[in-house]
Amino acid sequence: MRSSINFSQFFSGNARRGTFKHGVHPPENKDETNGLPIRQFPFSPLIILPTVQNIGSPSEIVVREGQEVNRGQLLAKATGYMSVPLHSPESGIIRKIKNVPTISGKMVPGIYLEALPSSTQEVMDGTPVELESATREEILQGIQDAGIVGLGGAAFPTHVKLKVPDGKVCEYLMINGIECEPYLTTDHRVMLEQADDIFMGIRYLLKSTGAPKAIIGIEANKLDAAEHLRSNIPEDLPVTVEVVPVKYPQGSEKMLITSVLGREVPSGGLPIDVGVVVANVATTAEIGRLLPHGRGIQERVITITGPGVKKKGNYLVPIGTPLRYVLEQVEAAENISEVYMGGPMMGVAVSNLDISIVKGTSGIVVFTSEDVKRPTKIYPCIKCGACVDACPMTLNPSKLGILAKFESYDLMADEYNLLDCFECGSCSYVCPSHIPLVQYFRLSKSIVRKRIVARKELEYVQ
Amino acid sequence: MSSKTLNISTSPHIIANVSTDTIMLNVVYALLPVAGFAVYSFGINALLVILTTTISAVGTEHYLCKLSKKESTVGDWSAVISGLLLGLTLPPTFPLWMAFFGGVIAIALGKFIFGGLGYNVFNPALVGRAVLQAAFPVAMTTWYPAMALDRFSSISTSVLSTPFMQPTVDVVSGATPLSAFKFDNIIADSSDMALGLISGSTGETCAVLILLGGIYLIIRKMMNWRIPVAILGTVIVLSGILYLVDPQIYPSPVFMLFSGGLMLGAIFMATDMVASPITPLGVVVYGAIIGILVVVIRIWGGLPEGVMYAILLANAISPHIDNMIRLRVYGTSKQTKHD
Repeated sequence: MRSSINFSQFFSGNARRGTFKHGVHPPENKDETNGLPIRQFPFSPLIILPTVQNIGSPSEIVVREGQEVNRGQLLAKATGYMSVPLHSPESGIIRKIKNVPTISGKMVPGIYLEALPSSTQEVMDGTPVELESATREEILQGIQDAGIVGLGGAAFPTHVKLKVPDGKVCEYLMINGIECEPYLTTDHRVMLEQADDIFMGIRYLLKSTGAPKAIIGIEANKLDAAEHLRSNIPEDLPVTVEVVPVKYPQGSEKMLITSVLGREVPSGGLPIDVGVVVANVATTAEIGRLLPHGRGIQERVITITGPGVKKKGNYLVPIGTPLRYVLEQVEAAENISEVYMGGPMMGVAVSNLDISIVKGTSGIVVFTSEDVKRPTKIYPCIKCGACVDACPMTLNPSKLGILAKFESYDLMADEYNLLDCFECGSCSYVCPSHIPLVQYFRLSKSIVRKRIVARKELEYVQ
Repeated sequence: MSSKTLNISTSPHIIANVSTDTIMLNVVYALLPVAGFAVYSFGINALLVILTTTISAVGTEHYLCKLSKKESTVGDWSAVISGLLLGLTLPPTFPLWMAFFGGVIAIALGKFIFGGLGYNVFNPALVGRAVLQAAFPVAMTTWYPAMALDRFSSISTSVLSTPFMQPTVDVVSGATPLSAFKFDNIIADSSDMALGLISGSTGETCAVLILLGGIYLIIRKMMNWRIPVAILGTVIVLSGILYLVDPQIYPSPVFMLFSGGLMLGAIFMATDMVASPITPLGVVVYGAIIGILVVVIRIWGGLPEGVMYAILLANAISPHIDNMIRLRVYGTSKQTKHD
């Protein structure tokens, strides 16, 4: 397929079978960690847990200062449907309850937990969710009770995402093992080391979504993981493994659905609109591991890597471990200049090391001052079309960028589908003029959203 | 590490290793062999013409930036490209003062008044050339034979003619293959044309070097290959049909391909990113329009050569092509706007 020129592709850049349209190929940089097995990270003497770790409403603290808690004990409960509880990642004493910093710069209520060195760190079990007897709702409730959010980085409450609305049918459960972000290898390792948990998770998910079968989507740079999963599929489980060509941002659920099924999620819609529910592979493994014991999530696998880290690897890190402690343990270089939570394409740059690992932290990438490549100069848009050829949503970033400069936000949204942009960064990555397109679009989107809300409020008042 | 100040930035935190100035610089690299051959073939006159247009283009860009109190944009190399291209499209014994004037026009009228790099509607070099064509039609069609024996020893008097005076035409006129065909119906040898052993504008004669330059840029992903392929393909198909109809009247596709400025225009002029459409289908339509216009002007028009006007006309409609041909936005039935 690759060697011959496809005629329709000549004209429109149509998607090849097995992948989505457009996209980019940043250097993968996964070789340094993809062969390293997951290791338990040391327990930090002090754990700092913010109550805002997910999209939606924060958790509400149910413990008090000075209280002794066991590993796995409930520390904060969910406050409504779009919320999840928080469990203790270590046995210890609640030292303080006060505001803690988060990556966004906001201070939120949080818990300072001091570890008890003598404690066994054994995990408390709760009420198991029995796979055989549990109803759909009970499984979703179990997932919420376990405090599970999307571990791919979005931190969207998983039970909300898995809920199939009335009148919709889920044809496929799509397990996302793409991991297209450069540097990150957590999903890769989870697939190699936690196949049984993944399959157990799939059982729960198939039951809760009512889907007749599951597909695990994996990029071709993780053939060992695909092979390992394929050869371990339990006989009674309707699962297939699909390998797709390597291309960023295939890990976005829309792109994954298009690559594997050839379906397009409608603009403004959800995967369920095309009969699909997507769950990240690490999230699935977590469900398979926690639900049979009724436990809550207390730790997660994180790739800690980048040129600024000496002891690179994939670590099982307790939630709430302070970033500063993490960097000390992995012997980060003296001249670190940028730290990203997540991968370098969509991850967030950390402004201060006093924040903690949260449930959505899929990776920590550390760059030293020598590794950071910043454009020195922004040139005018030369209409080269590189961004148009990169945008997976087939938008026109060149035009959107020019409109953003002129602050024509409404035009961007109404005529140029601004709100379909999911900020994957492909356009900024390829732009030879180094125009900060994604930054423009992020700002433009927030302004457009505010205007939409303001318009609605106005209508309500009238 | 404790008191470390961290840099923060918005994602993506990595960028591809390509930049606008490196793209432009590579176009210059691709043009250098073409210019080198021009000097080899036409001698010191060609060298002076190319140097003059390049210096005047770069100087104009720098001066206009200073005049409008902006940082000079000479460093992006785009003015060098415009100057080189203009020089390569002029006859080898073109008076230098006219060449200088052309360079000023190319940048000032072709680029700067639109807002500089990224905003020009037309290819700046071709704007300069069009003005020269209109202002000095005789000088623009006075040709000099390739490989003249005295090409490195003497400077033509027309090259050094005094500004605003009628240049004395002293050169042995060497008709270009296109004008020979148009007015005398003589067909030049195609291997001579491919290798550039013919009369013509300084840089348009050696098709092989131009093609190599284009292939270099296409391999480095700094040129949209669809544009030259669409132009040359359209010319081959159209002139091929005509040739099959009557080989006595119409020139062969090979002659069409290697004569005049088609190769230089298709590969280095029509591919100006700013003045061409942005979608894959859009550039193919754009290229086909150029190809049709070239054949129509050459065969039925009053001029021997039509590449310049073909590209300028296509530049003008390129925004409309973008407006009409849009990509469908993912997950919608709506086409993205590209105007």
